[in-house]
Amino acid sequence: MRRVRKRHVLGVVALAAIGAAFAVPAATVHASAKGSSGLPTKIGKGEGRLNLIEWPGYSYKSFANKFQKQTGCIIHRKDAGTSQEMFGLMHANGGGGGGQYDLVSASGDASLRLIYAHDVQPINIKLIPSWKQFLPVFKSPAHNTLGGVHYGVSLQWGPNTLIYNTKKVKPAPTGWGAIYTKKYKGKLTVPNNPIQIADAALFLEKTKPRLGIKDPYELTRVQLAAAVALLKAQKPLLKRYWNYAADEISSFANGDVWMGAGWPYQTLALQGDKHPVKEIIPLPSTGWADTWMLASKAPHPNCAYMWMKYVSTPQVQAKQALWFGETPVNPKACPYMNKEQKGSCAAYHLNVPLSYYQKIKFWKTPVPACGWKKSNSCMDYNAWVQAWAQIQG
Amino acid sequence: MAVDAGAFEAGPPGRRARLRLSGLFWRRPWLKALALLTPPLGAFLIVYVGALAVVFISSFWSVDSFTSELKHTWGLANYRVIFDTSQPYLHIAGLTLKMAAGATLTDAVLAFPLAFFMARVAGGRTRAILFVMVLLPLWSSYLVRIYAWQTILAHNGAINWALNGAGLPDQHLAYTNTAMWIVYSYVWLPFMVLPVYAALERIPDSYLEASSDLGASGFRTFRSVILPLALPGLVAGSIFTFALTLGDYITPVLVGGTGSQMIGNVVYDNFATNLPFAAAFTIVPMLIMGVYLLIARKLGAFDAL
Repeated sequence: MRRVRKRHVLGVVALAAIGAAFAVPAATVHASAKGSSGLPTKIGKGEGRLNLIEWPGYSYKSFANKFQKQTGCIIHRKDAGTSQEMFGLMHANGGGGGGQYDLVSASGDASLRLIYAHDVQPINIKLIPSWKQFLPVFKSPAHNTLGGVHYGVSLQWGPNTLIYNTKKVKPAPTGWGAIYTKKYKGKLTVPNNPIQIADAALFLEKTKPRLGIKDPYELTRVQLAAAVALLKAQKPLLKRYWNYAADEISSFANGDVWMGAGWPYQTLALQGDKHPVKEIIPLPSTGWADTWMLASKAPHPNCAYMWMKYVSTPQVQAKQALWFGETPVNPKACPYMNKEQKGSCAAYHLNVPLSYYQKIKFWKTPVPACGWKKSNSCMDYNAWVQAWAQIQG
Repeated sequence: MAVDAGAFEAGPPGRRARLRLSGLFWRRPWLKALALLTPPLGAFLIVYVGALAVVFISSFWSVDSFTSELKHTWGLANYRVIFDTSQPYLHIAGLTLKMAAGATLTDAVLAFPLAFFMARVAGGRTRAILFVMVLLPLWSSYLVRIYAWQTILAHNGAINWALNGAGLPDQHLAYTNTAMWIVYSYVWLPFMVLPVYAALERIPDSYLEASSDLGASGFRTFRSVILPLALPGLVAGSIFTFALTLGDYITPVLVGGTGSQMIGNVVYDNFATNLPFAAAFTIVPMLIMGVYLLIARKLGAFDAL
């Protein structure tokens, strides 16, 4: 996710942009053995380099250094602050990562767009042994697998949570209705992201059953209009829309915001600084899941496969989850998490029954194809972007 | 002549070629000018004007709604969306214009007395210190300064702390358009001070003496002599403050509220998925600036640049 450790994320991004301007051109691709489907059947020799587009810190040194030593693939990072930036980076210079980038840690609101824009390529999931251990919902999720073809390997996930200031918000909120009601007018915040429309749709699914919303990411024109109307009514209640995780953290920290939608990352960061905040996850809720996706013009595919293989292993999954405040897709990470931080497996909901996951609607890019209607009459992502612009304007 | 020609031919070949070239330039001065101007003019025309032309052309294209693939078909659809009153874009352009005008006026009012003091009152040492103080913020990152304002304007920030200390109630400045106006006025102030200073410094003392000899009061001198002569500097400064505000997108993200979208934000949100629309919306501030520059030229702003 766009979780961001440092306060001055834009500065980091700007520096990274300067860095990219001097980036080394793509190295020669070592041919690896290809099967009849055109997919590699084994991972060849490493190319010595791996270029990642990632949420800042997604290849943190506590586990990336070991990978570099083991494989000789030296990681070069390009931070992205939003899904929009990620898509932009992958789509630039002729698309497919421009022959410069190998992997992108795309969230569900960008992954299908990357697939349809041919910026990412299919992978042979058999080359990622730990994939067999993944939770079933993350093996071939709709946001990174199309018609049985894998375009990447699931990495981590998290729910969208309702964060509140325990000193100011009394009694504690019990559901998502709290951010659509007047009680805390001017003290609320939600993300500045078109995918936020899905949160409104999910809320309407329960409160206005007559709309017949079946999937918050597959909305008809009427359903989308209803969600937009709800969000337009919400706008005067908000203090601000937050763009970067650090912005939401500072708004809570300085008392401008009392309650809002966010991720466990913000809650953990605020609690770490001794701010009186808690979060609840009112189910059903939306959630995000990230995928390492292979760029269609990846110059270092072997190193890319080695990285996907490495980050799927339980130990690394546990390390990344704790570093970021997110949940592994590999449940075998549970004991390693508990070893590093007691009780963390349960705290991050990795030990919950499968029914729990069915109540989390994971981000996926809206497309015209409507699964539940068996038609192509749903509103696509561009319609969502325009609707979001209207809400904001 | 013959002797000269002999010496000309006698030198080593490299020297001879150089001399011949310099002779050529001497005989054809336009060739020298051309050789000197080609690199900068070429860069300007190809890299700068060429890029603008591409922006303009692509604003008439469209994009496949899902794959974000460019479709090179001509049409006015992007402009129709921008000028559609049921869409938010005219409102966003209006807010951007208001912000630019607000910051420019504020900076003009703040910069004039300061520049006047620096140019005509302060001694060499004070002037140098003031110069450094005006320029000092420009040496730190623009982003850091905006973040600093986020903290100052926050609910528990310096402004409310000071107000409470004076027994006044809290002001809800954080994440509002007022906050954006304050931040813009702050970050662009140096760009106004410098041209106004340059204009004021050029007014000869004799003009002011003549004015007072003729019996004009201090205010009359200011109104009839100083202000007209400083106006080109004010207009030149306003070109900077105005243009910088029109193109900015970071301030709305960091200190703006729920209705603080500006042109720059819309361009930023669209450039990855809908490049032609972003290009079309980029043309809007360019048109505004074009009109503004025409007016500025009428007011003599370019004499002070």
